[in-house]
Amino acid sequence: MNGIRKVGAFVLKRLCDLGTYGLFLVTAIFWTFWSPLKFTRVIDQINFIGVKSTLIVILTGAFTGMVLGLQGFYALSKFGGESMLGPTVALSLVREIGPVISALMVTGRAGSALASEIGIMRISEQIDALEVMALNPFRYLVVPNMVAAILSVPLLGALFDVCGIWGGYLVGVKLLGLSGGTYFGEMAIYLNSKDVFHGLYKSLSFGLIIAWICCYKGYYTEYGAKGVSKATTQAVVICSVLILIWDYFITSVSF
Amino acid sequence: MIQLVNLYKSFNGNPVLRGVSLAIQKGELLALIGRSGIGKSVLLKHIVGLIQPDSGTVLINNIDINRLRGKQLIEIRKQFGFLFQGGALFDSMTVYDNVAFPLRERTKLSETQIRERVFNELEEMGLKNDWNKFPAELSGGMRKRTALARAMVMDPSIMLFDEPTTGLDPIIGQTILDYIQQCHQKIKFTGVIVTHEVPKVFNIVQQVAMIHQGEIIACGSPDELQKQNNPIFDQFITGDITGPVQYI
Repeated sequence: MNGIRKVGAFVLKRLCDLGTYGLFLVTAIFWTFWSPLKFTRVIDQINFIGVKSTLIVILTGAFTGMVLGLQGFYALSKFGGESMLGPTVALSLVREIGPVISALMVTGRAGSALASEIGIMRISEQIDALEVMALNPFRYLVVPNMVAAILSVPLLGALFDVCGIWGGYLVGVKLLGLSGGTYFGEMAIYLNSKDVFHGLYKSLSFGLIIAWICCYKGYYTEYGAKGVSKATTQAVVICSVLILIWDYFITSVSF
Repeated sequence: MIQLVNLYKSFNGNPVLRGVSLAIQKGELLALIGRSGIGKSVLLKHIVGLIQPDSGTVLINNIDINRLRGKQLIEIRKQFGFLFQGGALFDSMTVYDNVAFPLRERTKLSETQIRERVFNELEEMGLKNDWNKFPAELSGGMRKRTALARAMVMDPSIMLFDEPTTGLDPIIGQTILDYIQQCHQKIKFTGVIVTHEVPKVFNIVQQVAMIHQGEIIACGSPDELQKQNNPIFDQFITGDITGPVQYI
């Protein structure tokens, strides 16, 4: 009987947690549209989430494209399909790898920092100070991050795609001797705007997930340094897993 | 006017407040004293609605703050100034920006007017030359004074001080108490000071309340309480190890 009670309490706790996650998102969306945006805060956060992530996205994008070029060339050469290297690299990147890896990179670099920054503000009573000053913490902390992430992550995803295609070009054309015309020509035939928009929508939703989970974890940080480190770790883990799960669903819906 | 009526609050099954009732008249300054960890800061946070009681009501000018949401809560909170125990300064902002923050966000003053108000406050606090430092570069006393300047810059009608002098040297501590007294005389705010600075604080307040085991066990003017022969209050004031309360 005691065991059943424990299981019930555990399930109820998880359901309550899910409810607070949902409520947090709804509140953040409400304040995004209901109150005027703090533009300077949004610009600051675009700089932090977007601009400062460009180097890591360029590097990971280029090397992912180069690996795709090598592996794609190897696989395609098995049946004489090397000419399809361009579309293979581009479709993989634009539809799937670009949005996912760039979002994971942003989660690791900016999402963790967001969670810890807001968490430290929580434990040092800075969020309470905002409330006591009759100011809405959502408007100051959550909404700017949400808007900045939704704007930045798709752009970073696009940058990742461009760098990846360039990386694939370097390996396929410059290293393995495929014709540049074939690489880009075939790509132009098989890659269409639907694929680009598919990747864009994914990136938009990943941006929302990153800001939502990381801000939530920071906002509800438990007290002490341990609380902040736990919140940061959980933010990165939950965000990464949720991005991959959501990626599957969004891909299967638009397949 | 602040009225606390029969407040109860527990954290994880541990009762902190057990039927606290207290009334602070308009323009009155009350010192809330009691042992460390007894729930003084919790009580202060109830007054401003940062913590909700399990039962009981908190009335601010006869309005129950816990029933307010959205704009009504914002409106009532505009009356408050709150000095947090740790300062709660925004660590990404300089001293100047911290003090200017509520003015920028809640008033339509020009940057020149804001500058004038901020530097007046900083001068009062002896921080005029430290305006461009970040909280991490300040000593504990400077941080507390910055927080006090930020709390007072809006001329609040209700002011809550959570241990304004803790961790400060006696001279700075006395300076802060004098400053609170000056401000109180000037703008006549209703205030609560949570402090261990007894009996010094008795010179600047009209009422003293002592909280013990989640209840108010003594409340009255400093003179009344000192004459009242309450053994728990007397032991706290004199700092005796022996007495009705075993501290360790």
